[in-house]
Amino acid sequence: MRARVHVTLKRGVLDPQGKAIGNALKSLGFSGVGDVRQGKYIELEIDETDATRARARVGEMCEKLLANTVIEDYQIDLDQ
Amino acid sequence: MTAAAPAITPDVVKAHGLSAEEYARVLEIMGREPNITELGIFSVMWSEHCSYKSSRKWLRRLPTTAPWVICGPGENAGVIDIGDGLACVFKMESHNHPSFIEPYQGAATGVGGILRDVFTMGARPIANLNALHFGAPDHPKTRHLVGGVVAGIGGYGNCVGVPTVAGSCDFDPGYNGNILVNAMTVGIARADRIFYAAASGIGNPVVYAGSKTGRDGIHGATMASAEFDDTAEARRPTVQVGDPFTEKLLIEACLELMAEDAIIAIQDMGAAGLTSSSFEMAGKGGVGVEIDLDRVPVREDGMTPYEIMLSESQERMLMVLKPGREDIARRIFEKWELDFAVIGRLTDTGRMVLKARGAVAADLPIAPLSEAAPVYDRPTTPTPRPAVLDAAAVPAPASVMGALETLLSSPDFCSRRWIWDQYDHMVMTDTVERPGGDAAVVRIHGTGRGLAVTTDCNPHYCGAHPKTGGAQAVAESWRNLTAVGARPLAITDNMNFGNPERPEIMGQFADCIEGIREACLALDFPVVSGNVSFYNETNGKGILPTPTIGAIGLIDDLSRRTSVPFKAAGEDIVLIGATMGHLGCSAYLRELHGRRDGAPPPVDLAAERANGDFVRGEIVSGAVTACHDLSDGGLLVAAAEMAMASGLGATLTPPPGAPALHAFAFGEDQGRYLVTTADGPALVSRAEKAGIPATVLGRTGGAELTLKGAGTISVVQLKAAFEGWLPAYMGDGVA
Repeated sequence: MRARVHVTLKRGVLDPQGKAIGNALKSLGFSGVGDVRQGKYIELEIDETDATRARARVGEMCEKLLANTVIEDYQIDLDQ
Repeated sequence: MTAAAPAITPDVVKAHGLSAEEYARVLEIMGREPNITELGIFSVMWSEHCSYKSSRKWLRRLPTTAPWVICGPGENAGVIDIGDGLACVFKMESHNHPSFIEPYQGAATGVGGILRDVFTMGARPIANLNALHFGAPDHPKTRHLVGGVVAGIGGYGNCVGVPTVAGSCDFDPGYNGNILVNAMTVGIARADRIFYAAASGIGNPVVYAGSKTGRDGIHGATMASAEFDDTAEARRPTVQVGDPFTEKLLIEACLELMAEDAIIAIQDMGAAGLTSSSFEMAGKGGVGVEIDLDRVPVREDGMTPYEIMLSESQERMLMVLKPGREDIARRIFEKWELDFAVIGRLTDTGRMVLKARGAVAADLPIAPLSEAAPVYDRPTTPTPRPAVLDAAAVPAPASVMGALETLLSSPDFCSRRWIWDQYDHMVMTDTVERPGGDAAVVRIHGTGRGLAVTTDCNPHYCGAHPKTGGAQAVAESWRNLTAVGARPLAITDNMNFGNPERPEIMGQFADCIEGIREACLALDFPVVSGNVSFYNETNGKGILPTPTIGAIGLIDDLSRRTSVPFKAAGEDIVLIGATMGHLGCSAYLRELHGRRDGAPPPVDLAAERANGDFVRGEIVSGAVTACHDLSDGGLLVAAAEMAMASGLGATLTPPPGAPALHAFAFGEDQGRYLVTTADGPALVSRAEKAGIPATVLGRTGGAELTLKGAGTISVVQLKAAFEGWLPAYMGDGVA
């Protein structure tokens, strides 16, 4: 099973990289762009067929390594 | 406030860290129940972090004046005169609690915060320093914390373009639950163009500049005033994230505006953000202030007055401008792509009035709130006096050279190269003496003069005998500066302690202050700025008392300075100062015998001063080619460091009447220096005339370090021991 994990800064945490992207878009002439927030995307192949167990395992990976849960949130999507 | 504002229940009061007595005083000052925004403001203004309520009584005892002091404690940073119309602005501040929770961002924002304290006063930052204390290396969190803190300091400091030139780092189980991250910034300003925080001029505009306000770090100041328990992980307050590139823009924008005649008062928004900055500016100026919170640049929609006032978003400044200068200021800040807004004005009411959406969100009297800030005379219990340890009662090692190798490869003595390799210590191209020496030396740009900077504290000494430890920290920083040939001028103190509500902690604090006071007086070395961090405690166990001293000295002629490495073979090595072989609280005792007992070495301030003044005179006269002050680890460690730094060996012979060999080699007697010179006997005879103990110990040369009676070890082997531990521990591998 494939897990797709999005890690993003928690709402309210300053995102300097997102801010830089926003400024760059503006200077390139893209108007009408409001707040920009960026994050990272991780794909994992895991030997698991049960979605609940897979979600639990990937959740543990996020808690321990993939996300810095002090300032980041994560979202897990599973492909069968 | 809107109808949805939370009621002020006893639980809400408690959650804001106010005691029942303190809340009674709030009611008295307000004459009514405060709303949640007002309560939040009281809470942060009266927190330990902002009010110094437990420490103030003791801090008053510190000497803070000298003819060269331009501004002592109480402003954003201390200011001293360094001649040629220039001033040095510097301060050290802790970021302990945030760094424990999120090491990278905690340390990074610590650097950002102390930089702002310095450039707020009109100085361009020229150097950063850091004093770090971590838990035991085998504690599960230590490696992660070391990696994160060092990366955070490097990440912020390198991006902002200020060199990180010196610091210290040690490990002790006492810091397992509470690491210390003390960051110091040194800046240079024109002595006639220093900016202060006192607001004046009724009607003058209050201006906000820098980054937008978000919901980060709300109540950080209150967090720094509470001890951790096991729920700290769960509580996890929003940590601030720093943006060094914005900080760089803010430095340039502020310095550019400061060159115009526009600023009356300026204050950075640090802990407790807009609340403490506006209160301090108005309070110091004896004026009132009215702020329209709808005009504050915000990052998110729907922020409440409470959140705006207590946010600790980074890279923000508050200023009072001269009337009619808003447009100049706006042009400058907008040029640097920073937010800029006139958010209010000064009033003659003596009150802080906050408005939001057309209604009054808070209305508080400024002076009563500041004056009524609690001051506690907390009970103190003195630390039990440790017994003086007789060197004869401390077992000798199987091999003195083997013991040296063990010490040099131990976590506390091994090379810090792994750390400072991650710091840009050369940016600005004025770093003359790089990390790794007694003190770093930074050229005063475009001149032949330099500033020497260092940080010091031996927490083991402070734990065993706080007064001696406090005095020793000051004396050692003075000695570090002297050892590079600098005239020591002033210090900043960063007092890190446990819970002040416990009498034994308050006893440590009071005694450390007393030791610092005595040393400052004896060495003409005033305290010009500082910071107190209490509640460095987890589950009732406090850290070792750690009064970190950051010190500044001046070198009048950079061609007349010295450094640690031996310079040539065949030079005489002279020991300055008396050697009794004091092993209590020593590194030898800790690392070789696993013991932490005994009294720390006594600090004889008169001898310290006499020995140091003599050494400095010899350096300035050009007689000394290399110099290293002796501190923890003792004489043999210092000699090994001089050898390793140069690749040159030396042969030393203990003089007649020296203590037992291991006590001679590793004793930590204070006030001592090792120097090299072409003519040792001549230097010794000058010392004798001045009444300074001095002995020729031996000569430089070869590729081995030899101590007669103890054996020989190659410098290459010493270096391997010295350089190995930290990279191996951090997992970078050494082949």
